[in-house]
Amino acid sequence: MKHTISVMVENHFGVLARVSSLFSGRGFNIDSLTVGETEDPTISRMTIVVEGDDRILEQVTKQLNKLIDVIKVIDMTGENFVERELLLIKVAATPAMRSEIMQIVNIFRAKIVDISFNSLTVEATGGKAKIDAIIGMLRPFGIKEIARTGRVAMLREFRGKV
Amino acid sequence: MELTGAEILIECLKKEGVNTLFGIPGGAVIAIFDALYDEKQIRFILTRHEQAAAHAADGYARASGRVGVCIATSGPGATNLVTGIATAHMDSVPIVAFTGQVGTAMIGSDAFQEADIIGITRPITKHSYLVKDTSELARTVKEAFYIASTGRPGPVLIDLPTDVTKAKVEFVYPQKVNIRGYRPKYEGHPQQIKRVAQAIREAKRPVICAGGGVISSGATKELRELAEKTNIPVTTTLMGLGAFRSDHPLSLGMPGMHGTRYANNAIMESDLLIAIGARFDDRVTGKLDAFAPSAQIVHIDIDPTAISKNVAVDIPVVGDAKQVLKELNRIVDPKGQSEWNEKIKQWKKQDTLSYEASSTVIKPQYVIEQIYEVTKGKAIVTTEVGQNQMWAAQFYKYSRPRTFISSGGLGTMGYGFPAAIGAQIARPEDTVFDIAGDGSFQMNIQELATVVQYQLPVKVAIMNNRYLGMVRQWQELFFNKRYSATSLEVAPDFVKVAEAYGVKGIRVTHPKDVRDSIQEALATEGPVVLDFHIAPEEKVFPMVPAGKAINEMIERMA
Repeated sequence: MKHTISVMVENHFGVLARVSSLFSGRGFNIDSLTVGETEDPTISRMTIVVEGDDRILEQVTKQLNKLIDVIKVIDMTGENFVERELLLIKVAATPAMRSEIMQIVNIFRAKIVDISFNSLTVEATGGKAKIDAIIGMLRPFGIKEIARTGRVAMLREFRGKV
Repeated sequence: MELTGAEILIECLKKEGVNTLFGIPGGAVIAIFDALYDEKQIRFILTRHEQAAAHAADGYARASGRVGVCIATSGPGATNLVTGIATAHMDSVPIVAFTGQVGTAMIGSDAFQEADIIGITRPITKHSYLVKDTSELARTVKEAFYIASTGRPGPVLIDLPTDVTKAKVEFVYPQKVNIRGYRPKYEGHPQQIKRVAQAIREAKRPVICAGGGVISSGATKELRELAEKTNIPVTTTLMGLGAFRSDHPLSLGMPGMHGTRYANNAIMESDLLIAIGARFDDRVTGKLDAFAPSAQIVHIDIDPTAISKNVAVDIPVVGDAKQVLKELNRIVDPKGQSEWNEKIKQWKKQDTLSYEASSTVIKPQYVIEQIYEVTKGKAIVTTEVGQNQMWAAQFYKYSRPRTFISSGGLGTMGYGFPAAIGAQIARPEDTVFDIAGDGSFQMNIQELATVVQYQLPVKVAIMNNRYLGMVRQWQELFFNKRYSATSLEVAPDFVKVAEAYGVKGIRVTHPKDVRDSIQEALATEGPVVLDFHIAPEEKVFPMVPAGKAINEMIERMA
């Protein structure tokens, strides 16, 4: 099944290679991996989305913890968490098609960030389902380019029942 | 005071109590060797190949319990260390390896003798550092020794660009190490230890399986106390040989592929298997699905990743073997002799390790028995890998920790001789025997020069069958005797080779001369190479064929 793992690491060179090689060394394909600084500039947060057998992933989580540069590992799978991804998508758009595309963009609360005679570039954020949906809606117009950041995730503060 | 990086490195080594360094110089480490030139407290041992430097550091560490240190230059010097580092990694041996590197400005430019050794060794080190600023050097060395020697020990590599060793900075050695991502846990969870005591109370057929972790944590006394208090029989893995006296009534010897039949039977029939500092290697478990089918499994290990990696564990205890056993011994109920003990006694009587004796050809098992007798069981034995290693494990009886030194995990041929060099330097008063094969010995034979140069009285006993014997054995048993590439007919005269280096060589071709030759070797002050021409087709038995359950053993044909 799909696992979303948050890994707090020392913010130095070489750490990304150590983390990613743990996955590649076991033949796992990483769905997405993002890295960025946290509230403490000496710590980076990696969000790794990976598909794999639960038992093997438990091993990988332990192996991650074993790395000297890894400070904390949270497997968020099964927990209540917020997950977001940013999408940039360049769509073929003649002036005549612009308004239709802009309607779709509005519905998804996305933004147009670049325009030319024959294209529009759209910026959207959201969970995986929303991002997949907007790509699906724009596909008929002709997609010229897609860039996705990969997911970032954070546990929700209130995780109890209402 | 301001010191160069090279001088800082030497000062750091002294602060860490290092008195021996193994290695070979080269362009990228000249500054370090220059700083070493006037150094009185550190003895430098010039090996003849960097692989041997890494193995010697490893042998030093295994024999002494201290961190072994080696150094090589950039590029090929560094890559030659790789097999030695991987060997130490698989067997959890604390070594620190220093490598030279091209100057920081040139890294990544394919400079002369440049190799990305950090990248190459990433999966085979516990941790590694590329030092980019001389001001970070002292802290890095301090951390490296701490990481190598604590928790589950392992190799740490420090890559040193030339400009970092030449620049001058103020030398301050940090007092403490603080690594927020590394906090090894030594104390076992009290609740888990209670569960172990409870499981022992209820068990009818318990077995202890002690591994290398018992030796590295110094828990042999605690292990014996547990076994004797509860009358639980103990099997020791290859890495655990010496952790429990093999002549102890509760000893089952080694389990697994070439283990004793009674150790394997005991595991297979047990209702409680207590693994301590052992990691359920496939050579121990055989067919995993069939392993210890009715046993509840307790696993005591300092490394959480070792737990439930191969075998699903019922009661895990993460912690240091010594501390956990101390705690367990305090609360466990004593148990008397049981039917189980009686059954095992019978098995031990029926199935002793044996071989067909001969008065015409030399049997390797006989040679090892004679080495055992002549050294009164007090030698430190290192081994190469293959048949020689298994015979050395089966027929020499180990009674003290750190006296059997062998590449268990990686199975590195060429390990034993350089490891013997390291062990001899760590324990100058002890007799050190490398039990070798003719194939393995040739993989680091150049180290004969090293034993001569430093007057190390290492004794090498070659079980010379003119074959890559273990592979030949598999070909005979499982590949229709198709001996593909396992014959070593073209071989040097080992006596002459030894003599060419200035080492005494003794050829032994008849069983009646075996004992005398060993006595002669021991009576000789310096190093000796004993070339035993053994029965060429002798095999290691019993044996569990790969992929079979460990109680499906093949015996020798009577």
